[in-house]
Amino acid sequence: MENKIKKVLLLGSGALKIGEAGEFDYSGTQALKALKEEGIFTILINPNIATVQTSEGMADKIYFLPVTPYFVERIIEKEKPDGLLLAFGGQTALNCGIALHKSGIIEKFGIQVLGTPVESIIETEDREMFSKKLSEIHVKTPKSIAVTGVEKALEAAEIIGFPLIIRAAFTLGGQGSGFCNTNEELIQLANKAFSYSSQILVEESLKGWKEVEYEVVRDRYDNCLTICNMENFDPLGIHTGESIVVAPSQTLTNREYHKLRQLSIKIVKAVGIVGECNVQYALDPESEDYRVIEVNARLSRSSALASKATGYPLAFVAAKLGLGYGLHELKNNITKTTSAFFEPALDYLVVKIPRWDLSKFVGVSRELGSSMKSVGEVMAIGRSFEEAIQKGLRMIGMGMHGFAANKELDIPDVKAALNHPTDSRIFAVAQAFNQDMTVDEVYELTKIDRWFLHKLHNISQLEQELLTYPEPGQLPRGLLLEVKQAGFSDFQIARLLFSNRSIGQKDDEILEIRQFRKKLGIVPYVKQIDTLAAEHPATTNYLYLTYHGSEHDINFEQDGKSVMVLGSGAYRIGSSVEFDWSGVNALQTVQKSGYRSIMVNYNPETVSTDYDVSDRLYFEELTLERILDISELELPKGLIVSTGGQIPNNLAMRLYRQKVPILGTSPLHIDRAENRFKFSEMLDKMGVDQPEWKELSSLEEIIEFTNEVGFPVLVRPSYVLSGAAMNIVSNRDELEHFLNLATQVSKQYPVVVSRFITDAKEIEMDAVADDGKIIAYAISEHIEFAGVHSGDATIMFPPQKVYVETLRRIKKISRLIAEELHISGPFNIQFLAKDNDIKVIECNLRASRSLPFVSKVLKTNFIDIAVRIMLGEKVEKPNKTLFDIDYIGVKASQFSFSRLSKADPVLGVDMASTGEVGCIGDDYYEAILKSMLAVGYRVPEKNILISSGPMRSKTELLQSAFLLIENGYKLFTTKGTHDFFKKNGIKSTMVNWPDIDQAPNAYQMIKERKIDLVINIPKNLSSEELNNDYTIRRAAVDFNVPLITNARLASAFIYAITKYKMSDLSIKSWDEY
Amino acid sequence: MKEKNYRKATLILEDGMHLSGFSFGAEIPAAGEIVFNTAMTGYPESLTDPSYKGQILVLTYPSIGNYGVPGKTVEDNLLAHFESEHIHVNALIISDYSEKYHHWNASKSLAQWLKEEKIPALFGIDTRALTRHIREKGAMLAKIVFDQDIPFYDPNHDNLVSRVSIKEKQVYGHGKNRILLIDCGVKNNIIRYLLKYDTTVIRVPWDYDYSREEYDGLFISNGPGNPEMCQATILNLKKSINEDRPIFGICLGHQLVSLAAGAQTYKLKYGHRSHNQPVLMTGTNQAYLTSQNHGYAVDANNLPNDWEVWFTNLNDGSNEGIKHKSKQILTTQFHPEASSGPTDTAFLFGEFIKNTESWKTR
Repeated sequence: MENKIKKVLLLGSGALKIGEAGEFDYSGTQALKALKEEGIFTILINPNIATVQTSEGMADKIYFLPVTPYFVERIIEKEKPDGLLLAFGGQTALNCGIALHKSGIIEKFGIQVLGTPVESIIETEDREMFSKKLSEIHVKTPKSIAVTGVEKALEAAEIIGFPLIIRAAFTLGGQGSGFCNTNEELIQLANKAFSYSSQILVEESLKGWKEVEYEVVRDRYDNCLTICNMENFDPLGIHTGESIVVAPSQTLTNREYHKLRQLSIKIVKAVGIVGECNVQYALDPESEDYRVIEVNARLSRSSALASKATGYPLAFVAAKLGLGYGLHELKNNITKTTSAFFEPALDYLVVKIPRWDLSKFVGVSRELGSSMKSVGEVMAIGRSFEEAIQKGLRMIGMGMHGFAANKELDIPDVKAALNHPTDSRIFAVAQAFNQDMTVDEVYELTKIDRWFLHKLHNISQLEQELLTYPEPGQLPRGLLLEVKQAGFSDFQIARLLFSNRSIGQKDDEILEIRQFRKKLGIVPYVKQIDTLAAEHPATTNYLYLTYHGSEHDINFEQDGKSVMVLGSGAYRIGSSVEFDWSGVNALQTVQKSGYRSIMVNYNPETVSTDYDVSDRLYFEELTLERILDISELELPKGLIVSTGGQIPNNLAMRLYRQKVPILGTSPLHIDRAENRFKFSEMLDKMGVDQPEWKELSSLEEIIEFTNEVGFPVLVRPSYVLSGAAMNIVSNRDELEHFLNLATQVSKQYPVVVSRFITDAKEIEMDAVADDGKIIAYAISEHIEFAGVHSGDATIMFPPQKVYVETLRRIKKISRLIAEELHISGPFNIQFLAKDNDIKVIECNLRASRSLPFVSKVLKTNFIDIAVRIMLGEKVEKPNKTLFDIDYIGVKASQFSFSRLSKADPVLGVDMASTGEVGCIGDDYYEAILKSMLAVGYRVPEKNILISSGPMRSKTELLQSAFLLIENGYKLFTTKGTHDFFKKNGIKSTMVNWPDIDQAPNAYQMIKERKIDLVINIPKNLSSEELNNDYTIRRAAVDFNVPLITNARLASAFIYAITKYKMSDLSIKSWDEY
Repeated sequence: MKEKNYRKATLILEDGMHLSGFSFGAEIPAAGEIVFNTAMTGYPESLTDPSYKGQILVLTYPSIGNYGVPGKTVEDNLLAHFESEHIHVNALIISDYSEKYHHWNASKSLAQWLKEEKIPALFGIDTRALTRHIREKGAMLAKIVFDQDIPFYDPNHDNLVSRVSIKEKQVYGHGKNRILLIDCGVKNNIIRYLLKYDTTVIRVPWDYDYSREEYDGLFISNGPGNPEMCQATILNLKKSINEDRPIFGICLGHQLVSLAAGAQTYKLKYGHRSHNQPVLMTGTNQAYLTSQNHGYAVDANNLPNDWEVWFTNLNDGSNEGIKHKSKQILTTQFHPEASSGPTDTAFLFGEFIKNTESWKTR
């Protein structure tokens, strides 16, 4: 194909956030591969430094800069690309592209937007234009009429017909909306809605309708396909990102399936998509009536899922279509022989389940609705719904073992829990069945299609059946096979059979079941995902395991020339794309070193689960049972457990006990670092300091301990990931209050209490060692003082404000620990430093969250070094250290509070960020400004609202306030801050707290967009905050005003904005540093 | 619990392969040619497709029976939700059966329907392994056995068309375009599509001498088995293609027109049975996704001079349709009427009717 496009700029999606996450790393990476294959020079702009797409060799040039019209324009000026890809970086890239189109930049530089034209995108983004367009081609959308009075609302109701949903326009979080069935109800509701807004929308209610999606591709020849359809398990009303989703659809007849398919094609042709598009429908469960709910003219979360569900590389193909190829001119990448113009036939089904982390947020509602709150997702593959859903419910990692055999959840009112969807509704369904509710009763409350409920009911019945057997020896083979086919794990079976034994402390019972069923010949079989349901031979390496089988699709070499890498599972707060980068890099090094690479992971948003990055991909569970299944078949040289975060790390010792070869640091040493007692004892012996701590199991013991060390103290359960349920408490009241929460989350484990050192710096050591000898290391420094979770902190590398003596001591302690634990591979140690006094707070013998950041800033791939060491290669120390680089990297965190209505946007010891960026600058202030702009901060124009919190932070902010005044900013302050500033000669305008109904009022000013930046420092470290402060913070988030809640970060930002203007920021690609 | 509730039976293949499954249809043995279909929807349509006569059908989509079986609503003298009056497969093989079904339009379970129609069916079979086996070894004979063994049966030696074609002429609709439909095992949806236009459809048996019928366009339907078994139809068609009336043939109809024109057919290793067969229209960049169900194909390498390839399969390059260079004779190997499957090529019925209309006003 002739192509005049030589140089293409691809816009990334920036930091991971709720609603825009790893799927765009995957999409962008595929697009870059597709362009590379054509010999096109690629330029990528994406500040998300932990992604695979921003790795060396992916794009020809990478800019770690904010994806905003300003920066993209500067890059266009500099690079003069002739093509632009907007569809691969989520809404961020799309919005940026639309802005550049509207400002005429795209036209000015003569750039061709590849794929769907911007006009078409705009048409799908604008609700009104979109509805109009669809009605022109006789496609139905929900009937909706905007009215400004109750009378008009009644008229609208007449036209549309009940039931109706009433929404107040321009409000947040669904205030003033509700359902009504009669005129009386409508009048009542409309009156309420008008108190929020002058306009209300009267819309037809589609409550209880099925939600179905199609992923469509179209080429420039008007050839069109739907690659995958998906059905939401939950009925309409719950955001598709919040729904359990099944592919392909399960409850649609052929007529329904193809009616919606044909409509999708009609819509996509009418809109003029070139590339990929997603169409969402509501389908009446009682007829073939439908409505089009949404069209997304870009790659999306659903398209990433569809790619993984079918094996059809949507993003890759979309990029090729953007270049002008026809679908019939491309080959199916899986079979290599058949055409890419086809719709995959699945001979399995997949279930996607969202992963929520709502317990990490104070004040957030757990009810699910039309906005997305989940932070990640899993995809489970099976040959029956029961098999797939049970796998999936284990994969989400919420401590559940499937649909059955879970610890009873505390659900006081099961009917209410069924009726009001929350993050744990499916477990309420289990409870309902256990209480003998029928499928029909559950249907009435949930409107989940009865077919799904019947399948879940099957699982519950098998659970009951298992309970009637006192021991495995009496279990009939047929029943055991049936429960395995229904997705029961050996753990679930053990728990149901050995009701008198406590399961899970050790693996004995699980292994007993395993031995028993293997003796009966009940084992899972490996099947390929080949896109054509075995119709044509395929050499695909995309695999899953099922008990609905009688033979393997593949042969196992078992020659010890393969290495298995365990992935990181669902993205969650604290474990995200950084571990995907680590996993992918590990696979690459494994291959470079001459081994076949095997990946095990189940996260559809990742690059590591792309079938072309490993020699074999097992889209499977990361459990002891499944890893044993796979390693017994593959007999690999060994397993890498240190690049996938905490999940594989926790499996290390259990696999080691079953004689599975683990590469790198011995699991015995991993256990010494993970086990608080062993680790502490070791540090004591080595003479390394740590904050005083004790493991305690009663309030009395804790009080006694605080009497010794004094408040504040840090309270947490052991074996934590990302500080789950940790908190700092400053006094006895707080302690008692918090303890209730902490003990609730972990009854099995006692509480660990440690002394909390205030105003201490937090410093991180990321390193790789070879048999205890450090080969490469990077030390980085947090801007915030200790007390902010390291995953939320802003981190600079190399460190800028640390004493040389401190660095020397950190290096020495790290060396000692590496030697003592005979570390071979990556590790991370977190230190506290105060006046050269160094304490160790944590040590993990695995790749850390900050590893991609330091690797990329230092341009030394730590994973590559670590994996080569694990494979037994002799690795030389890299010839460059952090002292050799003359630029700075700053990693800043992305928060998603705007999605989490009512959550208090404060930082604490519990991690709250959903993503991060890393930007590079020639000095510290340039780097911090770039990185903060990349996570959504804006340089304030004029007005800044400050509530400066406790005395410490008031003092911290004093110098910054002077700088702001000097630079012509206008300061607004709440009472305490006003008084303090006045005393220190800083002029500010006092504003009233939100609860004082008198102008100027802080809340009103934020709401009226009169404030450009809010600095609100919480008064104390506890979770209880004064209502007024909370209102200010929440208002800032809700009205999209930048908010800073940490005094140290606020000062750093203020220094940066007073030192640099936007135009001073250098536009330099990674390779230019 | 399945062991308690379902009787076991064995699927035996011609080459000696034995697979054990649970019976959920009629508990009677059956034999035939075993073939697989990779469609993910449409089991009521597939089972009633007369082209499956004599075959044991393996569905590769694992979960079957989900939405039950619709009721026997009649529209235009045709069952609205089925492709013919009865199930035509000799037996059904699946992986996972949904005993409990749900759909607003369902009237019974798949099991109940199969039992009523006296068709045996097995679930609990590794249908992927079975499909791979058929793909590698080719379509072969098979049987389902309960207690007593039965002989294998090769349907390709039988005139299956004579068994599925209607016995008497039947007329549908009263539109101005008169379509003569040669029923070789026609699917109801073909008639439904024709009736969407202003037509009268005259459905005649496969070997019917239609030379004295009054009609504006000739349609030759799909049907089961080896096309060479339909010599009577081929003879009639030889006359028709020498006339100038518009002709449209689908699937077996395509093969019969080809044979009448002097081309050859051959048996494919394991056929095309799916909803995702890609075809390209010759000389264009227009690709279509099609529904297919055939074991035989037309050899495009030696088409007679007056004919040209109209469509080609993008996967294996096999012929998907031919047309006459000067006359209005069109044929497709695929099923524009879908049901089940994608409806992308439904517009071809429109082309045929347009041809018919222009012939009338010639």
